Amino acid sequence: MARGILFIAALSLVGGGAAADTVELSLKGHKFTPSDITVPANQKFQIKVTNGDEAPAEFESHDLKVEKIVVPGGTITVTAGPLKPGTYQFVDDYHPDDAKGTVTAKE
Amino acid sequence: MLATLIIVFREVLEAGLIIGIVLAATEGVSHRGRWIAGGIAGGVSGAALLAAFAGALSNAFSGSGQELFNAAILLIAVAMLGVHITWMASHGRQMAQDMKAMGRAVVAGDRSLTAMALVVTMAVLREGSEVVLFLFGIATSTHEGAAAMLMGGAAGVLAGAAVSWLLYRGLVAIPMKHLFKVTNAMIALLAAGMAGQAAAILAGTGMLPTLGDELWDTSAILRDDSIVGRALHALIGYSDRPPGIQVLAFLITLAALALLSKMAGQAPRVSHRQPAPATHAR
Repeated sequence: MARGILFIAALSLVGGGAAADTVELSLKGHKFTPSDITVPANQKFQIKVTNGDEAPAEFESHDLKVEKIVVPGGTITVTAGPLKPGTYQFVDDYHPDDAKGTVTAKE
Repeated sequence: MLATLIIVFREVLEAGLIIGIVLAATEGVSHRGRWIAGGIAGGVSGAALLAAFAGALSNAFSGSGQELFNAAILLIAVAMLGVHITWMASHGRQMAQDMKAMGRAVVAGDRSLTAMALVVTMAVLREGSEVVLFLFGIATSTHEGAAAMLMGGAAGVLAGAAVSWLLYRGLVAIPMKHLFKVTNAMIALLAAGMAGQAAAILAGTGMLPTLGDELWDTSAILRDDSIVGRALHALIGYSDRPPGIQVLAFLITLAALALLSKMAGQAPRVSHRQPAPATHAR
């Protein structure tokens, strides 16, 4: 039993997934707020997106390998990373010219 | 309008390529037009329904509803492509012979057609719900120029259909005795690519281990959000930075399909194998 708990504790240390940071974004007027975010490099994190517009949005980032529809008034969460240090793009794929932003991973 | 066209085209491209391959792979099978049209119609209605319930789906399974649904769609398509490959392995040679004998006339293949129609439905459903939501968003906006944008959307769908048609015409230009070898290989790669994508989606939700977050990085050479990258993504599941599980699922599926095809090809069956060709009298 104790060994089992230790094992799980060890796993969560290795995975780093249990205590993933969450960054919250909102969409309004087809703009992300905030549009540029910073996360720690080399660990998983979550992005929570709330759509404050009347139109559906698709939160998409090829850099982060995520793609998820956000209905009007809805909220979604995606898990991304671990990222190497650098800057990664994301967009609302339905309004890619207006709604875009970046994730910067820093060590 | 152009922006809308491009957005819709990118979404439709993937389904378009899959339909092109399915059309070529079922070349010569009777009534296949009806089945494939039915598959498309089923996909479009499903997509509209799905778009209507997008919010509910999104919240299902503690927020992983969209991912689970997409993975399920992909895996159903993989299974159906497997059915087709097995069927081709046991009937394909005979089919090619019959087709040569009868021109492009009646070759029966109901079981394979059902499977292929379902593949088309799954492909249209997956991409279609995104297009429907997008166009719905435009249609309900008070935005000036919504009509022009919807026109752009329609043009995007037509452009996707054109890709489908071009791929199909290109493939059937291949001589009949090689055609099914080519389409079978493409279908095996398609299925393996889909299995890989499903595995990557499930790994994204934490349901599968990633087995290495990034097995390689070819984003400097070919980004998977470029048009070529997207096409390769649709055809063979290309990813510029795949997790290990994606590559593993790709390889396992490819190996399983090769094995299945070999076993089906060897299974005893009633065949009207033709005798060795007699030397022609001169």
